[in-house]
Amino acid sequence: MEAILSTRNVTKRFGGLIAVNSFEIDVKENSISSVIGPNGAGKTTFFNCITGFYTPTEGEIIFDGNEHIEGLRPDQVTLKGISRTYQNIRLFSNMTAIENILVGMHRHLKTHWIESIYKSKRFIKEEEDALEEAIRLLNFVGLKGLGDHSARNLPYGAQRRLEIARALASKPKLLLLDEPTAGMNPNESIELMHFIRQLRDEVGITILLIEHDMKVVMGISEEIWVMDFGQKIAEGTPLEIQRNPKVIEAYLGSGAASGLNLEQGE
Amino acid sequence: MKKSTTTKEIVNQGLLAGLIALSLNVIGFIALLGERELITGWVSLGHVFLFASPLAFAYLMSKKMGAESKGKLLGVGFAIGAIASLPSIILIFIESATNIRQFLANVSPALVEMLTFGQGAVLGSILLLIAFGLIGAFAAVISALSDHIRHPLINAFAWTLGFATFSEILLIRVRDIFGRGLAKLIFSGKALNPVFAIIFFAIVAAITVFWDKRGASIKEKMLNFTPVQNKQMARGKSALIALAILFLPLILGSYLTEVTNNVGLYILMGLGLNIVVGFAGLLDLGYVAFFAIGAYVMGVLTSEGALGLDAGFTFWTALPISVITATLFGIVLGIPVLGMRGDYLAIVTLGFGEIIRIIAVSDLFKDTLGGAQGILQIPKPSFFGTDLVQPGQLYYVVLAGVLLALFIATRLRDSRLGRQWMAMREDEDVAEAMGMNLVNTKLMAFATGAAFSGLAGAIFASKLTSIFPHSFNLIISINVLSLIIVGGVGSIPGVFAGALILVGLPELLREFAEYRMLIYGTLLIVMMLFKPEGFLPDQRRKRELHPDDEIEAPPQSVGAES
Amino acid sequence: MERIKQIDFLGLIMGIFRAGIIVAMLWGTIATLMDNPYSADAWTETIVAGIAQGSLYALIAIGYTLVYGVLFMINFAHGEFFMSGIMTATIFVALPMGESGYLDAHPVIGITIIAIVAMLVSVGIALLTERIAYRPLRGAPRLVPLITAIGASFFWQYFFRGLYGSEVKPFPLIDSVAGKVSIGGVLILKSQVLVIVVAILMLIGLYLFVVKTKVGKSIRAAAENKDVARLMGIDVDRAITITFTMGAAMAGIAGVLYALVFRQVHFFMGFFPGIKAFTAAVLGGIGSIPGAALGGLFLGLFESVGPGLFLEGLGVPSPHQLKDVIAFTMLVLVLIFRPQGILGERLAEEKA
Repeated sequence: MEAILSTRNVTKRFGGLIAVNSFEIDVKENSISSVIGPNGAGKTTFFNCITGFYTPTEGEIIFDGNEHIEGLRPDQVTLKGISRTYQNIRLFSNMTAIENILVGMHRHLKTHWIESIYKSKRFIKEEEDALEEAIRLLNFVGLKGLGDHSARNLPYGAQRRLEIARALASKPKLLLLDEPTAGMNPNESIELMHFIRQLRDEVGITILLIEHDMKVVMGISEEIWVMDFGQKIAEGTPLEIQRNPKVIEAYLGSGAASGLNLEQGE
Repeated sequence: MKKSTTTKEIVNQGLLAGLIALSLNVIGFIALLGERELITGWVSLGHVFLFASPLAFAYLMSKKMGAESKGKLLGVGFAIGAIASLPSIILIFIESATNIRQFLANVSPALVEMLTFGQGAVLGSILLLIAFGLIGAFAAVISALSDHIRHPLINAFAWTLGFATFSEILLIRVRDIFGRGLAKLIFSGKALNPVFAIIFFAIVAAITVFWDKRGASIKEKMLNFTPVQNKQMARGKSALIALAILFLPLILGSYLTEVTNNVGLYILMGLGLNIVVGFAGLLDLGYVAFFAIGAYVMGVLTSEGALGLDAGFTFWTALPISVITATLFGIVLGIPVLGMRGDYLAIVTLGFGEIIRIIAVSDLFKDTLGGAQGILQIPKPSFFGTDLVQPGQLYYVVLAGVLLALFIATRLRDSRLGRQWMAMREDEDVAEAMGMNLVNTKLMAFATGAAFSGLAGAIFASKLTSIFPHSFNLIISINVLSLIIVGGVGSIPGVFAGALILVGLPELLREFAEYRMLIYGTLLIVMMLFKPEGFLPDQRRKRELHPDDEIEAPPQSVGAES
Repeated sequence: MERIKQIDFLGLIMGIFRAGIIVAMLWGTIATLMDNPYSADAWTETIVAGIAQGSLYALIAIGYTLVYGVLFMINFAHGEFFMSGIMTATIFVALPMGESGYLDAHPVIGITIIAIVAMLVSVGIALLTERIAYRPLRGAPRLVPLITAIGASFFWQYFFRGLYGSEVKPFPLIDSVAGKVSIGGVLILKSQVLVIVVAILMLIGLYLFVVKTKVGKSIRAAAENKDVARLMGIDVDRAITITFTMGAAMAGIAGVLYALVFRQVHFFMGFFPGIKAFTAAVLGGIGSIPGAALGGLFLGLFESVGPGLFLEGLGVPSPHQLKDVIAFTMLVLVLIFRPQGILGERLAEEKA
């Protein structure tokens, strides 16, 4: 299967600090894979490089065949078909849930602003369709009926789901989830796990996760890359990773049992 | 134990009230307001503001003390009032003993006259003390009343005060429309007739009582109308409003229409700045620059004087050019600040505004822009042959501008672009990650704001027939900013409210014009402290600024939530 | 600014703009120097005036930079703290003293009393403003304190206008400060010398205070991170109060010096010096005391020498009218191209 995302030699330096060091991954299309590693390893920075928030100091990021996306602006990256959620939820807190999703749909709303002034038929139809789609997404993530609540009023779990709905609104080919289970209890995490699988199966999207919850990681990932101090120290299937001594060392220091059930969150 | 803390508190509150009253006295506010009588021979607006501070403090203290004996509350109220009078009494004595006017320019004999009720220093001071004390006691009484007695009283007081404050203007209108007879009944001199005042007070109180009792049931009846009836009512309401707007100049008369025109221009600018600051969250303090550009382009293109181009431009042909020029400048001046946020953005835009003003005043472009002398002989707009000279005629030009801006602003707010602006204001980085081009979004905001401002400037130039660079200063930017804040940032109805309060009021009441900036400053501070979302807030903004308030929890229909 | 860099087209425009300004300045300067319309004495006068002006800006800039360093807000009303002190001192102390002849007879005591009164009033107004308008809004979204500060600025301007009237009040001419003195063969106005000397002393004194004393350290701690400072037992409110006090005291002194040089006071006198002092603070690096001093000096010199130096060479008629444009342009340029200023502390981009 073709790799939908390949990073070659991606490095990010901040002055003297090397946050990401020559990190290379090949994400297969339609797969669910994860990037894991101890806190501060550089995983979010790596995501930021992919989404264009940072420009990598060195290296290439190739998306969907042969598109080089390193150095593009975040909005340009989104237009290529990549979407993400954030470690600390970053919803538009004072907008309603539906409005958040509508903003996520930005990429696909094509009518010119002038048309919105005189309310052309095309504009009205597009807004109607968008609203329908937004409601559908809302229901899909399990937030039926909550569309008019402002995002800040939603419970934590609902906010996480909303963020995913918003990310899905742009109909991405690749979805980056940054610690989606942070702050969730075990039940919620398992629910999310199933949801992610369902997402991939129904929508046909590729999903790349950063995660700390090992149950989730081992449970749904087809491939895992392990990062420590910005570098790749291991890659492989969940089984391979669990047995890899370097990984165990990175998480626990020196010689210990399997890498399951490590601490969640910060 | 409780007694002594209360005593200390009473003294503190009293002194605070007294210092405020003293300050108002010393800066000349009270004396100037004293010249506006409310009820002939009895009360002036100055008295209202003089007594306002002991009243407020006594009321609050009494409310706080709550369930105490009536006698005690009265005592406390009187005490606060009496203590509040002391700083001003000291002022009275200083004035009589020294040449304080040399230092504090506004401590005038007129002021002292007012404070002492014309009775000289000693007797007057005693009277003042008693008066303040009584006001304080009165406030205590009011606070102890039950709501359904207090509400009508306060309502009646507010309406009577409002009516009386504007009596000078209303007098003229009533006389012109209804004749001298009615005018003499209501007013005497330049203020309200005491008898009428009392009757009016009683009527409003009665209506309030009635509405409090029956209002709820009437409202319910109205809600139970059939949809057809509802639609009819809505149509009726709209028709009434439309008629009122169309015929406003006739209702208001020449002077008031002129005031309305000025308010209208500020509304136009406010709608624009509301987009920049309210929707997109970009604090622009140099907004007057676009107003100036619109005005200057109109002036240069149409002036019949030496500086005009003499190329056959009329108001209407020059108008789009003015607006487009202003819009272009909006984009050009927006480019350098694309990466800035918050305070720095504000200061840089302020800098731009000032740079443009200073260059316009200077000799640098004197040949085109007229330097400090400005541009003269700008013709008024003409409509199918008639020159629109009267305020009543110009009204329609201003109205057209306002309606256009209102239309565009409302449509944009509810469109994708409006959501873009809001998202950008919430979280710029995430908004960009949604696929939004920040540069375009920001420049659109600047451009639209500049366009509205330019339009206002062009109309302004033609209306005034001459423009001088000194009128395009920072104070105008602050005025527009203040009015959208007072009305409610991001709220379109708020712009109207803010303009009426901050521009209309000073135009109507000379005293407020004199202390205009002081009032603006106070208002900005007070609004930010107590009601930052403004008087007619946009719902979202309210949520944004009161994050700790009670929030409605959604129903438990969301599956695996704890 | 990293992402802005990627907007190539705009980056190009800005680059051209930047280059254009530098070219214009060089051109003007060369043209003027070739023409040489001014004598060496004239240049010296201009330069010294610039340094004196710059010293004033530096003193006022301290207030902005200290408050921004601790509260991350631009205290718009600082110019009014400056104004209130000296206006009150002028009306209540300086003018009576001047008329009675006391000021000429005992200039040192007289000026000291004036300075004390000015400082007390400036500090009083500053603390009042902080307590009532700023403190309750410490946690609010950024725009709110800024708007409050703008409101406070206008409030004080027009409050003092109400107190003292709207006319310009003259500040008495003190014999011992009038006239010129010869330093190293150059004739300089005595008042300017006084300004420069006093400013240097005060700036050094302040710097030592902030760096060496415990109080100063607590201020810097509060500036770094309020929560941690509180955990360390530092009374953050008190630190902020002291910050405002120091800034206002400097402004009070600056007011006296201003009055000695320009010999007039007015309710609006704080606005332009305030903005320019803020420019100086940003120019030097906001949050840094040496930065304020450096920025003030730079701005003062530039503003004084600039019109003659390059505006005239560019053929601008009556270049001195555009003195303020130079200051505002500097402000704009610094904030656009180098918001961290000369001494470059990273405070500027904390906003992102």
